[in-house]
Amino acid sequence: MTIYIDNKPYEVKPGKNLLEACLELGLNLPYFCWHPALGSVGACRQCAVKVFKDEDDKTGRLVMGCMEPVRDNLRLSIEDPGAKTFRDQVIGWLMTNHPHDCAVCDEGGSCHLQDMTVMTGHTYRNYRFSKRTFENQDLGPFISHEMNRCIQCYRCVRFYKDYAGGKDLNVFAAHNHVYFGRCENGTLESEFSGNLAEVCPTGVFTDKTLHSHYTRKWDMTWAPSVCQGCSLGCNTSAGERYGSLRQITNRYNGEVNGYFLCDRGRFGYEFVNSDQRILQAAIRPHYNGTTNKDHILEQVAQKVKNGRTIGIGSPRASLESNYALKLLVGEDNFYLGMSDTDHDHTSLALKILRDGPARTPSMQEAAKADVVFILGEDLTNTAPMLALAVRQAAQHKPESDAMGDIHVAAWQDAAVREAVQDKHGPVYIFHTVPTKLDELAEDIHRGAPEQLARLGFAIAQMLGADIVPVTGLSQEDAALAEKIAAALMTAEHPLIISGYGSGCDHMMKAAANIAWALQQKGRNPMLSLTLPEVNSMGLEILGGHRLDTALDVLRQGDADTVIVLENDLYRRADPHIIDEIFLHAQDVILIDHLYNRTAEKATVLLPAGTFAEADGTVVNNEGRAQRFYQVFVPKGDMQESWRWCLQIAEKAGITALQGLRNLDDIDLALTNGMPSLEPLQQLAPHAGFRINGQRIPREPHRYSGRTAILANENVSEPKPAEDVDTPLSFTMEGYRGEPPSPLIPFFWSPGWNSVQSVNKYQQEIGGHLHGGDPGIRLLEPHLNGGPHYFHEAPDTFVPIPGHVHIMPLYHIYGSEELSMYTPGIAQQAGEFCCLYLNPEDLAQWNIAPGNWVTIDLDHHACRLVATPNHWMPRGLGAVSAGMPHSPVVDLPVCVKLQA
Amino acid sequence: MFSLLRSMWLVFLHTFHKRETYQYPEEKAPLPARWRGRIALTRDPDGGERCVGCYLCAAACPVDCISLQATEAPDGRRYPSFFRINFSRCIFCGFCEEACPTYAIQLLPDFEMAEYDRQNLVYEKEDLLINSQGKYPGYNYYRVAGMAIEGKDKGEAQHEEPPVNIKSLLP
Ligand code: SF4
Ligand code: SF4
Ligand code: SF4
Ligand code: SF4
Ligand code: FES
Repeated sequence: MTIYIDNKPYEVKPGKNLLEACLELGLNLPYFCWHPALGSVGACRQCAVKVFKDEDDKTGRLVMGCMEPVRDNLRLSIEDPGAKTFRDQVIGWLMTNHPHDCAVCDEGGSCHLQDMTVMTGHTYRNYRFSKRTFENQDLGPFISHEMNRCIQCYRCVRFYKDYAGGKDLNVFAAHNHVYFGRCENGTLESEFSGNLAEVCPTGVFTDKTLHSHYTRKWDMTWAPSVCQGCSLGCNTSAGERYGSLRQITNRYNGEVNGYFLCDRGRFGYEFVNSDQRILQAAIRPHYNGTTNKDHILEQVAQKVKNGRTIGIGSPRASLESNYALKLLVGEDNFYLGMSDTDHDHTSLALKILRDGPARTPSMQEAAKADVVFILGEDLTNTAPMLALAVRQAAQHKPESDAMGDIHVAAWQDAAVREAVQDKHGPVYIFHTVPTKLDELAEDIHRGAPEQLARLGFAIAQMLGADIVPVTGLSQEDAALAEKIAAALMTAEHPLIISGYGSGCDHMMKAAANIAWALQQKGRNPMLSLTLPEVNSMGLEILGGHRLDTALDVLRQGDADTVIVLENDLYRRADPHIIDEIFLHAQDVILIDHLYNRTAEKATVLLPAGTFAEADGTVVNNEGRAQRFYQVFVPKGDMQESWRWCLQIAEKAGITALQGLRNLDDIDLALTNGMPSLEPLQQLAPHAGFRINGQRIPREPHRYSGRTAILANENVSEPKPAEDVDTPLSFTMEGYRGEPPSPLIPFFWSPGWNSVQSVNKYQQEIGGHLHGGDPGIRLLEPHLNGGPHYFHEAPDTFVPIPGHVHIMPLYHIYGSEELSMYTPGIAQQAGEFCCLYLNPEDLAQWNIAPGNWVTIDLDHHACRLVATPNHWMPRGLGAVSAGMPHSPVVDLPVCVKLQA
Repeated sequence: MFSLLRSMWLVFLHTFHKRETYQYPEEKAPLPARWRGRIALTRDPDGGERCVGCYLCAAACPVDCISLQATEAPDGRRYPSFFRINFSRCIFCGFCEEACPTYAIQLLPDFEMAEYDRQNLVYEKEDLLINSQGKYPGYNYYRVAGMAIEGKDKGEAQHEEPPVNIKSLLP
């Protein structure tokens, strides 16, 4: 439809509000309370425009742009003097109490309030009276609080409570005293609290980890990156200054993470700056003190040349690094560095998604589901942003009902919420222990993972899956299964979620059966499977042998050198197994970035770049390949792992890697070697890409200090580093327009310094980025031929006398290796040494709660603290998974309990 | 021919004028207070460092010769943990002074900074920080800003009301 803005006709999409329409057209209209993901409430009065009856109407009336829908032939004016004065006065009022803080405010330079103040032209303060003040609160290690700066837009509580389901942030007091905070000091409970720093248009909520090494947005060197925190691969922008990583911000991706990140992803970056980083190549024993990189590479090449070398890859290393290692040691000598269970789960997930007929959704598609069935996953802890998507999905049905009933648009947030109240769409959750999403669930079912999976199989069978019938269900269970089956059948977009979180692969099988049965019935199911790590899927697609077979090869003496890629083996199997690997291997060459337990024992250390110092590609749980870019050039010998492999290969004369020099070369070799990865060639522009002959600058045009940063070392500035792998430059010189979507280092637009400038990069507000969202899906469902159902449901879980079956419990803080180097995350991590058991089991075994118990793990005694937990079924125990120092590594496991 | 002679005559007359030339270095020229020379970091009336590490001078500098790192002291005051100006690049434009919201960075009437070794033109905070308020006596940023620091709590800055009691029901 056509609307006229300041007498110029524009084509706009119906269903939008005027503010969205203006922003979409690239016009500048200030706003505060509206947020693209939260909708409009018309609270701040900042987006006022004049609307005219017809061409002859010269008076018009003031309306709030965010509350007025577009209509055909609507005439409005942004530039009308009346509207302009109104907006100028509104911001004047909003600022009456605003402190004189910009110089010491962490928001400054990326502050929406600053931008809007400049945009409205309210340059001087007219208010001369006293300002009201507030006390601040301590909100924990992630978020700073400075309440004086609040302009009462209510975005924080609308995000925190309405959108993310948080409970402990609220608005207090009344009139001009309204206060946004907790009812008392304390760490914010939501796993999405970090988004407050971006949602709040002022400096009330800011990133506390940034504060500890504060740098303005304009002073950082940025690169498009991908979160390394879990398998979802949320898009981030990573910023560096003076050689250390300073901040992670959201990088909008209309298919993956949208506007938000979880706290593990946002704050879990500090390992990059850790004092545990390996900076220089090193070799043991250290002969004469004159080791340098070349000498060590020579030594490594000698070892590799003899052909008795195996390579252990890593799910936290890029596709390129894993592939380079695979070629270096030879296809037959490449082992996947995952624990046995992770390997089982990942290969099963790949099989289900690649060979089965059900489609796996992107996160934004998942957020549009109308019925959600979660089978054995505590999403908040295993795939946090997917939990946020489920929260949106749960709102979906009541919202669309409400919109039908009261005829309002979806962006009419207050009206829609009023109509919805606390209704939820159908969500069903099966999990052994309570999860944070339970509050949304229509039905919850608890029990041992095998029991839950059995019920899942029963549902699949009710939906017509051709599998062995599940017998012995109680009447209630059968009724629940019927109910869920019926709900899934009637849904337009049913979403079934499962994954690695219970440590039971039958869960994924049951989920696949259900999705496939729905597909057979002509429905349109989505099947989402979580995976353990950022590149689990990519590594599995590359393929290799199981980790435990590496030990056999070493034991038999068929190999004597091991190259370990970005991997702490002690997280992959129980310590005695890894110890044995070290016992049999003459040399262990570790390419990694942190000095971990594996590094302590390795004979050669080659410092690898983290995601911030390397380029590479990772594949998320959806099979979406995404590129992350090097942010800065580190000091010392650090470089991409794949580059180490290339350099070793060159010295050792390995032909498979001959002639490969940079990222594009490896990607070409990769797609030639694995035709299924052909789409990778379209993933992002190649290194030679230029716009008007220019690179894309990593630094904003206001970047400061070029001629002073290194002047203390030498007053003559060094030549800036060159990037041979990508079209980005490490300087502020280059093309200043909008780069192609995979190459956007940071969001900025004239007049829009804050992250809100993302509006200018989207095809439509909340939609895809110009030119399509970055990332390429490698997995599409296999639609020909019927599904190959998993026929057998697992047996009923029966406790074995004297034994306990231990399942893993994952935690958003603690279960992931690298994020634990962030002090704020370590501080909130769960207990690593607790064995959760049913109190009745404890009583029966005469164990006092809180006492140490010894379990027998493969004939190795290991001690844990018995902790009662009445959610555990009899005979089942649980241990927090992935914690540093945890004595039990490969979970689940069945162990003998020694009294 | 005539203009030539006239010029010579005028030049000759100058012999009897008062001298404009200063016998530098024996004799120093009086410089106006707003003369843009040597840059210093000044202190507020309480003797605290004025610079709060806001990075505005660095951003304003057209030759990008200022670099610093902001940090926070235990008393809540922000200050630069290092502050470097590369005077071999500085063009003494004074933009940094204009950008500074706390009057910390000031260009002073002193130009005697020449060095034989260019490296010596790199000034660190020790070289820049002076024990004076410079040209703007009396200004104390923290007395105006809303951030609480030790000795100045919320509500104690200029034009501030005491902090709101959010538990109160009174209008
Ligand atoms: S919130 Fe924005 S306008 Fe307010 S003090 Fe901070 S930077 Fe300045
Ligand atoms: S704290 Fe921030 S988001 Fe919340 S009302 Fe105030 S300005 Fe808005
Ligand atoms: S959900 Fe996963 S990928 Fe996304 S921000 Fe959190 S840890 Fe990172
Ligand atoms: S006087 Fe000009 S050139 Fe010199 S430091 Fe200040 S802003 Fe930079
Ligand atoms: S953005 Fe429209 S009233 Fe706040």
